[in-house]
Amino acid sequence: MNTVEVALGCAAGSALLAVLAALVVRRRARPAVVGTLTAITGAAGVVAGAAALLGERFAVELPWIVPLSGIALTVDGLGAAFLAVSGAVAVAAAIYGIGYSHHGLDSRGVQATFPLFVLSLLLVPAAGSITTFLVCWELMALTSLVLVVSEHRRRAEVASAARWYAVMTHLGFVAVLIGLLILSAPADGDAFAAVRAAAADLSPAVAGTAFVLCLAGFGSKSGIVPLHAWLPRAHPEAPSHVSALMSAAMVNLGVYGIVRVGFDLLAVDAERWWWLLVLVLGAISAGYGILQAVVSTDLKRLLAHSTTENMGLVLVGVGASGLFASIGSPVLAALALTAALMHVVGHAAFKTLLFLAAGSVLHATGTRDLDSLGGLRTGMPLTTAAFGLGALAASALPPGTAFVSEWVLLQSLIHGLPAPDAAPAAAPTVTVVVLPLAVAVVALTAGLAVVTFVKAFGVGFLARPRSDAAAHAIESPATMLAGMGLAAVAATVLAVAPTLVLPTLGRVAAGLVGSPAPIADAVSVELVGVTGLLSPVLVVVALVVAAVLVVAIPRVLAGRRARREARLWDCGGGPLSPRTEYTATSFAEPLQRVFDTVLQPVQDVDVTHHQESRYLIAAVEYRRRVPDRIERHLYEPVLSFVTRWGRAGRALATGSVHRYLGYGLCTLCALMLLLVLA
Amino acid sequence: MTDSTTLGLVGGLLQAVVIVAGAPLLVGLMRQVRARMEGRVGAGIRQPWRDLRKQFRKEPITPRGTSEVFRAAPVAMVAITLVVAAIAPFVTAASPLPGVADLFVVVALLATGTVAIALAGIDTGTAFGGMGASRETTILALVEPTALVAIFALSVRAGSTNLSAIVDSTLAEPSAVLSPAALLAAAALVLVIVAETGRLPVDNPATHLELTMVHEAMVLEYAGPDLALIELGSAMRSAVYLGLLANLFVPWGIATEAGVLALLVGVVAFVVKVGVLGAALAAAEVFLAKVRLFRVPELLAGSFLLALLAVTASYVLA
Repeated sequence: MNTVEVALGCAAGSALLAVLAALVVRRRARPAVVGTLTAITGAAGVVAGAAALLGERFAVELPWIVPLSGIALTVDGLGAAFLAVSGAVAVAAAIYGIGYSHHGLDSRGVQATFPLFVLSLLLVPAAGSITTFLVCWELMALTSLVLVVSEHRRRAEVASAARWYAVMTHLGFVAVLIGLLILSAPADGDAFAAVRAAAADLSPAVAGTAFVLCLAGFGSKSGIVPLHAWLPRAHPEAPSHVSALMSAAMVNLGVYGIVRVGFDLLAVDAERWWWLLVLVLGAISAGYGILQAVVSTDLKRLLAHSTTENMGLVLVGVGASGLFASIGSPVLAALALTAALMHVVGHAAFKTLLFLAAGSVLHATGTRDLDSLGGLRTGMPLTTAAFGLGALAASALPPGTAFVSEWVLLQSLIHGLPAPDAAPAAAPTVTVVVLPLAVAVVALTAGLAVVTFVKAFGVGFLARPRSDAAAHAIESPATMLAGMGLAAVAATVLAVAPTLVLPTLGRVAAGLVGSPAPIADAVSVELVGVTGLLSPVLVVVALVVAAVLVVAIPRVLAGRRARREARLWDCGGGPLSPRTEYTATSFAEPLQRVFDTVLQPVQDVDVTHHQESRYLIAAVEYRRRVPDRIERHLYEPVLSFVTRWGRAGRALATGSVHRYLGYGLCTLCALMLLLVLA
Repeated sequence: MTDSTTLGLVGGLLQAVVIVAGAPLLVGLMRQVRARMEGRVGAGIRQPWRDLRKQFRKEPITPRGTSEVFRAAPVAMVAITLVVAAIAPFVTAASPLPGVADLFVVVALLATGTVAIALAGIDTGTAFGGMGASRETTILALVEPTALVAIFALSVRAGSTNLSAIVDSTLAEPSAVLSPAALLAAAALVLVIVAETGRLPVDNPATHLELTMVHEAMVLEYAGPDLALIELGSAMRSAVYLGLLANLFVPWGIATEAGVLALLVGVVAFVVKVGVLGAALAAAEVFLAKVRLFRVPELLAGSFLLALLAVTASYVLA
């Protein structure tokens, strides 16, 4: 018995126990029992992942669970990293869910689905065969869909969001299914090991098709542009702890799928254009996602768009890694892949924190609209602190979580160009063009992320309340705060001491691309093979020392006088009403104008004139919307085509039973004919 | 203790002191140059220090309805700039904290300082505060790509983004300063610095019309010692940016070994370089008008192109 096996057994056991408890325990105690058991599931997942990352290997086949192929579980380094991340997010979300579930979310169905969703998140990265993977993947899609619709009685938008999600996730599933079936066709059995062994025999065209199909399916799960349309709908409409699980754990599995197929199963067939495609898609997603986040005023939608951005950055790392591997620099390939994995881990921590804090705001005020929030720091100081920490982590500023991974990513991109005096063959033309642009995209997203999170934190939590609900908000219950606290601790530890996980992730990445470990085991982040040194803990220490000096020296030199309160500068016009404050919309207006051609906002101004004279104005009405352009140009034609096709199909269904029997007969005959001919 | 560690520690402390003491003088110098060129007598280069002394002695004032964020922001901004002042290569090429003296870290730290002030601006809940914060962060976001691509161009030659390594590589190979890549990167960085320190034509540091302000609008509510910290911090930022520009492209004079004479030469060289750059910037400002806020992105797009050209030039023209 090894630790991984025991821990995974515990996870499955407590998840099933939680399902049972959800069905039998009384309504009042249900969230607490289910939440606790699900948290244990998550914790067991973390233990299993950590043990596997430290070198234990685990493989098991359970032929009796699913007929024909059975279930095969294998935990290797790559799977373990994602397993641990999913488990950790689940612990925070489950504890938070105890307090959050007391408002219509404590029904049997919802409570029984939640542990199943968590279990599926743990099993997808542990799957060892294609059938197992697909079964777990579908279980994850279905359970998350049930959780997304759980609040459909309260809000009408939930149903539409769930429809988008259901359709897109299943189209994605079909793509993944076809892609993986192409891979398993020549293999002896469907275990990953067999597929890997047979991959060398695939022709480049077949391998390329399989990879593109898998990229489309997995990319849509990660919210990669242009397959992102469901994400900013479904993630915000789900209950907040489910949003956290979806946005911090589920999207990662899309990345897992891409890495698993590209770097593991199809590693021998990988070609440069695959990775260029991944890199370009990642860069577009990062830029487009953060642009949408900048202009959105719905707190949870903003976070969902930021998920698209972060997954885009991860794919930039993955794509760059593949690119480096294809031009024969495995050290850089390992470094870029490490950056991508680190970004997955960091993103999971801060996105959990941000979604849980946003849920806390929603719980207290009943609104997600930033334009009617503000001033929450007085009523909800802990939630404000949690969101502030998450915002710092997400905006890639030091000392924040995302800064470390983006620094490693930038280091790998910068070292991708050899010194100019090196042999010209060392740098193919494509990298000379692609890498500087990739750096620019990463930089632009970092800059826009700063604006996004200054807006979300500043307008949402600081300043003065813009509505009564925000003015009277009170702090959330202890379990919700505990969930946020766990995520906050994780984000802080990853920001200050990233080397607790970075060298391990480096070894995982190095194993995939076949190079020495790219990050040294040290307190500072020390790159191996290329020069680069970053010490996040020293940054923090230096900042603290400097802050103490800045406070102390003026006091010593100039003396200290008591603080006095004074009125805000109101231009002499009397106390300012909250209506004069800058809102989230006005805050983002300059950027919206700068990126006018990309965003194409729609504005309407209606002027109502006075009845007696057209020189006098009775009312002016101003509306502005930033519709998703990709959605309008890509999805609407498809949707309207499907609608027209459906309408045309109506002519076939006249209501006559004879006619329907006739259709049946024709189909049967056609089928027979086909069988005879074949 | 090795030689470079000693040099780093002593030099780091020295350059922090030089920058704190000298930054207000730099602002005074820039104002004096402008005043003379505009035909005014000017207040003398020590005037900013007199203002600071007066404000530090005043009673601290908290506007009603603001929170700890408002009070902590000036401290955070000055502390961040102080850290950069101590670790970047200004007087010595060695750094007291090599793990922090990375060009990305320095640029990101300075951005963090801007963010602190922007949050304080929003925290006041007035229209001016929000307006200033919105404009400042917009400019920050648009400057970031230029800054990072210019860093890319500089680091290709040194093979590292570590500031000491970049300075050392320029010292070892002086002809590289006149390469097209370095010149283009320098031009791009000048525009970055103009935007980040709020100088003309991006922002007018002397404006008193609220609607055209960027930086000043954010800090409108500050008074007394808090305002003094903001003013000191802004001055230090200018000095730090000009110092970085000077030593990334013209590092000569910087102390490379521990010794009283070397350090003294380092200090003098640094003061002269920053003084000349500041005077040149101020002189150029006399001939410039502030551009409209929505023309600033065009300016920054131009500087981004320069930076991108700098990276490609290092391959095409090498």
